[in-house]
Amino acid sequence: MTAIEKLTSKDFASDQEVRWCPGCGDYSILKQVQTVLPDLGRPKEEFVFISGIGCSSRFPYYMDTFGMHSIHGRATAIATGLKATRPDLSVWVITGDGDSMSIGGNHFIHMLRRNPDLNVLLFNNQIYGLTKGQYSPTSEQGKVTKSTPMGSVDYPFNPIALCLGADATFVARTMDRDPKHQQAIIKRGYEHKGTSMIEIYQNCNVFNDGAFEIFTEKGSKKQETLFMENGKPLLFGEQNEKGIMLDGFKPVIVNISDVSSNDLWIHDETDLVKATILSRFYDDASIEGHFPRPFGVFYVNENKATFDDLFNAQIEEAKTNYGKGDLDKLLAGRETWVVN
Amino acid sequence: MNSIETTLESVVIRFAGDSGDGMQLTGSQFTNATALLGNDLATFPDFPAEIRAPQGTLAGVSGFQIHFGSTRIHTPGDRCDVLVVMNVAALKANLRNLKKGGVIIANTDGFDAKNMRLANVPEGENPLENGSLSEYDVKTIDVTKITRAALADSGLGTKEIDRCKNMFVLGLLYWMYHRPMDNTLAFIQAKFKKNEAVLNANIKVLQAGWSYGETTEMFANRYNIAPAKMEAGVYRGIMGNQAAAYGLIAASVKSGLPLFYGTYPITPASDVLHELSKYKNFDIKTFQAEDEIAGICSAIGAAFGGHLAVTGSSGPGIALKTEAIGLATMLELPLVVVNIQRAGPSTGLPTKTEQADLLQSFYGRNGECPVVIVAAQSPADCFIMAYEACRISLEHMIPVFFLSDGYIANGSEPWKFPNSSELPNITVEFAKERASSDDKFMPYFRDEKLSRPWAVPGTKGLEHRIGGLEKQNITGNISYDPDNHELMVKLRQEKVDLVANYIPNQTIDTGDDSGDILILGWGGTYGALKTATQQLITDGHKVSHAHLRYLNPFPKNLGELMGKFKKVVIPELNNGQLVKIIRDKYFIDAIAYNKIQGQPFMASEVVAYIKSQL
Ligand code: SF4
Repeated sequence: MTAIEKLTSKDFASDQEVRWCPGCGDYSILKQVQTVLPDLGRPKEEFVFISGIGCSSRFPYYMDTFGMHSIHGRATAIATGLKATRPDLSVWVITGDGDSMSIGGNHFIHMLRRNPDLNVLLFNNQIYGLTKGQYSPTSEQGKVTKSTPMGSVDYPFNPIALCLGADATFVARTMDRDPKHQQAIIKRGYEHKGTSMIEIYQNCNVFNDGAFEIFTEKGSKKQETLFMENGKPLLFGEQNEKGIMLDGFKPVIVNISDVSSNDLWIHDETDLVKATILSRFYDDASIEGHFPRPFGVFYVNENKATFDDLFNAQIEEAKTNYGKGDLDKLLAGRETWVVN
Repeated sequence: MNSIETTLESVVIRFAGDSGDGMQLTGSQFTNATALLGNDLATFPDFPAEIRAPQGTLAGVSGFQIHFGSTRIHTPGDRCDVLVVMNVAALKANLRNLKKGGVIIANTDGFDAKNMRLANVPEGENPLENGSLSEYDVKTIDVTKITRAALADSGLGTKEIDRCKNMFVLGLLYWMYHRPMDNTLAFIQAKFKKNEAVLNANIKVLQAGWSYGETTEMFANRYNIAPAKMEAGVYRGIMGNQAAAYGLIAASVKSGLPLFYGTYPITPASDVLHELSKYKNFDIKTFQAEDEIAGICSAIGAAFGGHLAVTGSSGPGIALKTEAIGLATMLELPLVVVNIQRAGPSTGLPTKTEQADLLQSFYGRNGECPVVIVAAQSPADCFIMAYEACRISLEHMIPVFFLSDGYIANGSEPWKFPNSSELPNITVEFAKERASSDDKFMPYFRDEKLSRPWAVPGTKGLEHRIGGLEKQNITGNISYDPDNHELMVKLRQEKVDLVANYIPNQTIDTGDDSGDILILGWGGTYGALKTATQQLITDGHKVSHAHLRYLNPFPKNLGELMGKFKKVVIPELNNGQLVKIIRDKYFIDAIAYNKIQGQPFMASEVVAYIKSQL
């Protein structure tokens, strides 16, 4: 085997001019992916990026890897077919909130239940950017947009809860404004065998500027976010002075000085019930006593076999049981007769 | 008793009963036995869309027609000589398919008060008793009673016993037409090997049917049908969907590419999936997706990855795949789209045949989106044309439609199957690895067929992006340049047109290459049109028949071929689709002849129509 040459982030940048609006959160995600890939120790030609439609879906054009910018909502289905037939590749799906949860909702949940070994980066900007600013399935109720001048009446999806409900095996959240966290989470997602679903809060500074401000800006970030780390207590606040405790199944915010450290909720990524509770930390930040928004890995399940493994194992099993197919035998079938 | 032996050239038998009566099984068993005897044959299963339609009703009637003979047989027969009916509903639904003077074999138990009510036959109007069938030769048998008596000691319940009724009918017909039972005995042994009581019961009733013919005086005649004079060789029986699946598998083997079939269940295409899924040891990878769109999209993913990629459906499903077919056209990747047509629009008549989707195949996408289209003309031809679809798709890097329909998909015929070495080669070459010192890879650089390189992920130095946005020719980069868009639209069309250089010329199937009328058909109407043409020629008319299997592009000589006839008549099982395209492309006054009843053409209808045009 020839040694894999050490790649740099530049090697992953294509010659195409990046055309997102200046200041768009997408730039940061592109940068972090280009930073992480060289460290994965894989030759460049093994990476494939597949996207649907939307601002985020331009992503593959900017990566000097194999890529496909497909049609709205279908990247997940295309990637499933590619991974099923080419399990040797590292296949990534780039999608947005509209692409994955509106028009592509069906493929999205079915991908998650099947668990092909894909890495899914879901750029959630809570708006339709490419079509110039209509509300999306993750926009908050009451969102005033061009298509909803009196505010939208739809309730939003909670993407993390949706993924857990579809039995996803890796569910995480990160944000465009935190490069280090983003890189760490993307790397973890890559390492997971199965579908890694990473929701990335991405600011659309043109149509939904500041949607995630309270989570990303210095003044509020510490109060409003909860960075989960496996095996560590769930802490937040200016000085990490606050923690979460579980009273039965009910989460409670506590001052850590008021409780024994043994009583704090220790994050366990493999606990689906607790992940489900954390996924519901999704309150409107204006509500008094709301929970902080969790970031990091909610849930990992390394024990569910992947779709591509199961799919290909059947092919191998059939070959073992029946031998490699013989076309002439197949065409002749079981009963023939001769005409002279 | 001694029966009178008669030799016949051909016979049409129709088995009809409740969908629970096992008529499809009876028909297919009779077909196998007949095929093994060397008769030529064609079959036509005609069943309701509901899996368990209300018992005893007209809606629940399931039929199976077989036409077999010592001559070449091209259709399942216009009308039957023998109609086997298990109940009054089956008689009512099928009497119009019986020739005047034909034989009716009726199970009297299916004509009781309850069955009469279910079939909406007024009380006292039992057709077996009211003289309405006086023009036919009616044989009545209480099949239920005889079956129950034969199995009185079997230990089986009445329900299980009654399920053996169809074996009685089969045994009787085997006796009447001198068919050997071995094949069916072996089938029963295999099917019920886990349930000895049921196994023995079926065999016993099958034999009871045979003995009934032999011992009662009701059936004085037995018939001999000599083997047909067919081209020498080794034959087997084949159904259309099975043949289509084999064609795809053969293309996979011959191209050396594993096959990926992404699909979603739909009538009448699901049997292609069922068949393919049995052959995983051939590297056949079938994927039942969450919907039609995922079916085709997963196939596009597989095509990108270097597989022979196929998606399959029927009209409504194809409608859902439309956008993705456009994507495949832009990506210029190989993809075969199988459409087993059924009567539309919308859900239409799911189990009934129609040449419903030719215009959909030609034009049913947004933008200028030409694809190659081929169509099979008979059950066995599904093999060849599915294979051809793959060959063209792979060698030209282009999406290809393979059209079949419910009629040939479920129909069967003897097949002189090829040896794999006789199949045309399919040459596929992936783009080769490149070093960083080589020139930059150009994903839309074209060869003489105008096809681009197939550069599969994992190949060093070929990293590139493709997508649904307009491409710059050669580089494949996104381009909004007006001139480039026009160029690309023209190139994609030309690429389809060039396929004409790689397909056979059109031939006249039956008749001279000039004359008064050319009957021009496509798809599953082949047998009926051929039979009609033979009849017309026998009657002294200057009529010929040509049947199109390559529809886009048309064979290069088609215009010239049509030009040698005074009139061109295009019979279709739709409201006139091919005729529109022919008129458009060749500026000729082609005449449309259409039937849109979910049923195939009868040769006699075609003969009558053509005579009206002479
Ligand atoms: S519209 Fe919004 S999401 Fe799209 S590129 Fe501009 S800033 Fe980014």
